Amino acid sequence: MSEQEKIIEIEVLRYRPEQDEKPVPQVFKVPFTDDMSVLQGIQYIKDWLDGTLSYRWSCRMAICGSCGMMVDGIPKLACKTFLRDYYPNRVRIEALAHFPIERDLVVVADDFIEKLQRIKPWIIPKEARTLEQGEYIQTPAELDVYEQFSSCINCMLCYAACPQYGLNDKFLGPGIIALLHRYNADSRDGGEAERMQEIHGHEGVFNCTAVGYCSEVCPKGVDPANAVNVNKTKVAQDYFLRFVRPKAKGGME
Amino acid sequence: MNARRPYKRPMPGWWRKNPFFVEYVIHEATACFVAAYAFILLAGLVCLAMGEQSWNAWLAQVRSPMAVLAHLIMLVAIAYHSYTWFRIMPKTLPPIVIGGKRMSPAAITGGGLAAAAVTSLLMLGLAWGALS
Repeated sequence: MSEQEKIIEIEVLRYRPEQDEKPVPQVFKVPFTDDMSVLQGIQYIKDWLDGTLSYRWSCRMAICGSCGMMVDGIPKLACKTFLRDYYPNRVRIEALAHFPIERDLVVVADDFIEKLQRIKPWIIPKEARTLEQGEYIQTPAELDVYEQFSSCINCMLCYAACPQYGLNDKFLGPGIIALLHRYNADSRDGGEAERMQEIHGHEGVFNCTAVGYCSEVCPKGVDPANAVNVNKTKVAQDYFLRFVRPKAKGGME
Repeated sequence: MNARRPYKRPMPGWWRKNPFFVEYVIHEATACFVAAYAFILLAGLVCLAMGEQSWNAWLAQVRSPMAVLAHLIMLVAIAYHSYTWFRIMPKTLPPIVIGGKRMSPAAITGGGLAAAAVTSLLMLGLAWGALS
C-alpha cells in the first residue's frame, strides 16, 4: 500500500576542508515515509541529491555505534531517530559535538580510540585458569553489578553530551570511564590497580561536575554518570587509604 | 598533498543551547544562595559573640522587610537546590541491594528528600519552641 509522499527539509552542516573555510549549512528537500530514519534520509541525499556528502554508518540497527550525530542539537544515533518526529519542521543535522570535524558528518575519533586503549577494556583475570580447570564462574548478582555498563557500543554520544569534555578534551570522559568501571566491577577481573591510574587527578573522574546529560542521551541505557561518580568515591578512598595501607603494588603513586 | 584540516567548533554560550544545560546552570547557581545564607548565619554567630548590642543589631537587620523578602527568595532557591541535589544522588551511589532487590533511583531520591524535610521541620520546631 503506498503512502502519501511527504517532503522534509534536512539541513546538514557541511564541511569540505578543501573548499570551506568553516562549516556551512546546506538544505536538502527529501521525500520520506513514516518508517524512514534520519540515516535513511541522509542516504537518500547521498544517492540522489549530492554524492559528495560524507557520513559514517554500518548496521542500521543501533548496535555498531557509527552513525552518532547531532539531530536538532541533541546527540542521537541517526538510525534510531525518525524523520516523522521532526516533520513538518526542518531537521538540523550536524557532526557529533565536541569532536573536531574531519569532513561533513564525520568526526575525528582518534582521541576516543586512544583513551579506550589506555583503560585496557578487556578482562585481566584475577587468577589464571587452565582449560582443565574450567570456566570462570559468576553469579547473577555478580553479573548485575556491571551488566548495564557492558552495553556500551562506543558511539560517543555521551562525549557530545558532556560540556566538560567539550571544554577540556584531556578529560577521560563518560563512556571510557563507564567501560573502565565495567571491567573493574567484574568479579573475574583483577586489573583494577592498573586502570585506576587513569582516573586519578584532574583529567580523570574529578573533571566531571555531575551534569548527568551523558546518561540521558545514551542509546543503550548505560549510566556513565553513575560510573564516573561512584569512582570519585573510590579514588578518594584510594587517596586516603594509602596512608594506612602497606605499599600498593602498581596502584597509585 | 595532505588535505586534512579538522575543524574544532568553538563553544560560546554552550549552556544556553540546550534546556538540560540551562537547568544545570540554574541549579548549580542556587548553590550561591546556600553560601549566602551560611554567611548570614555566620555573621549572626559573630555578632552574638561580640555581645548583646551587636546581637540585637543583627536581629533588627534580619527582621527588616527587605531581609524577610531576601530570606523568602533564599528559601525557594535552597529548596530547589536540595531537590536537585537528591535528584542526582542515585547517580553518585553504588548499587544498594536490600533483600536481594536493587533500590530504585526514585526510592533513593525520595528517601533523601524525606530526610531533608524531616530534619528541616525538626529544626523549625526547635527554633519555634525556643522563641515561645
